[in-house]
Amino acid sequence: MIQADDMFKAFESHREDSVVIVTGTGGKHWADHTTKQNRDLNMGGAMGHTTSAALGLALGLPDEKVVLFDSEGALLMNLGIIATIAGQKPKNFLHLLMDNECYATTGGQPVPNSQDINYAGMAKEAGYTAAYSFDNIEDFTTNIGNIMKEEGPVFVAMKMVPEVENEPIGNRPRRVTRSRAETITALRSELGIS
Amino acid sequence: MVNQQAALLRPETLLEEFKRIGITHIVTIPDSETNYLYELMIEQDWLTVVPASREGETFAIALGLSVGGKVPVCLIQNTGMMESGDSIRGMALDAGFPLLMVVGYRGWNRHGVVTDTAAKYTEPFLNAMGVNYYLVEQDEDAERISIAYEEAKRNKRPVAILVGDEYHGFNR
Repeated sequence: MIQADDMFKAFESHREDSVVIVTGTGGKHWADHTTKQNRDLNMGGAMGHTTSAALGLALGLPDEKVVLFDSEGALLMNLGIIATIAGQKPKNFLHLLMDNECYATTGGQPVPNSQDINYAGMAKEAGYTAAYSFDNIEDFTTNIGNIMKEEGPVFVAMKMVPEVENEPIGNRPRRVTRSRAETITALRSELGIS
Repeated sequence: MVNQQAALLRPETLLEEFKRIGITHIVTIPDSETNYLYELMIEQDWLTVVPASREGETFAIALGLSVGGKVPVCLIQNTGMMESGDSIRGMALDAGFPLLMVVGYRGWNRHGVVTDTAAKYTEPFLNAMGVNYYLVEQDEDAERISIAYEEAKRNKRPVAILVGDEYHGFNR
């Protein structure tokens, strides 16, 4: 199992200028490692559709590398998107899945078929260029540099340590995060899009 | 007796309007009302067609395209639009960007009684979401597409075109 904090630390050194989108409970750790906030995008807003928004971004910015850190609960809500992505064949798109086998934000209930489902297998058979699975940080760290250089769409499934939250929403400590609109404005400014 | 509308709505008319207002991408799931339009769209070198797997995807894909500076349209049927409620809320309305939704109005009928619940709930659904809409059922209505898009740009909100052409034109 991989700690999200370790995984983002390993990824950051290979990020270069890619546009990065994160989701899920583990995604919060990215803020501790990113050094290019203007290229970090918050595309949340409807669970299961950040994946679709990331695809749209990859199609809209074909000259930019777009990296999505997705979560399995969200992906399951709209699994057909892997066929949509495979059909569009965005060469600039890397789709990483943080699979903690549960809905961590609602108390840790397991997602359907949580332990036996093969997300990388589904992505590969749907038509992604390549698909990988990692369950330890050493293998992820060894391979992520080369994976970042591959032509997409590439899928990476990662078994993550769940960070289960059981406190009522109102009692949870709030992290200061940038709104979706703020991140969109910053990215468009960075890329010179009016 | 077949209950027909008075005049044709040609798929070419919609395509001309899309080109005129600068649409770059059509994010779509084909339906029985728009098959011939689909065939025409994929032949255009100025237009990219993005087939989706479920209608809710189309609004999120459109948001991503819009962030990248592109001008998308979501082309779906009313049935799928209603399935997309949370995506319309979170990815279109809350995101605040101009978006044209072109929606096949399944079950719509100018005359007589509407029996298809897909049509029965279409306008109440749009009203509930606060999405304004224009009915387009013949070529003479085409300018409503530009009017709708100007409204979408002005208000940074989605605006819907309801395509009420069930009997001819779109399927040749």
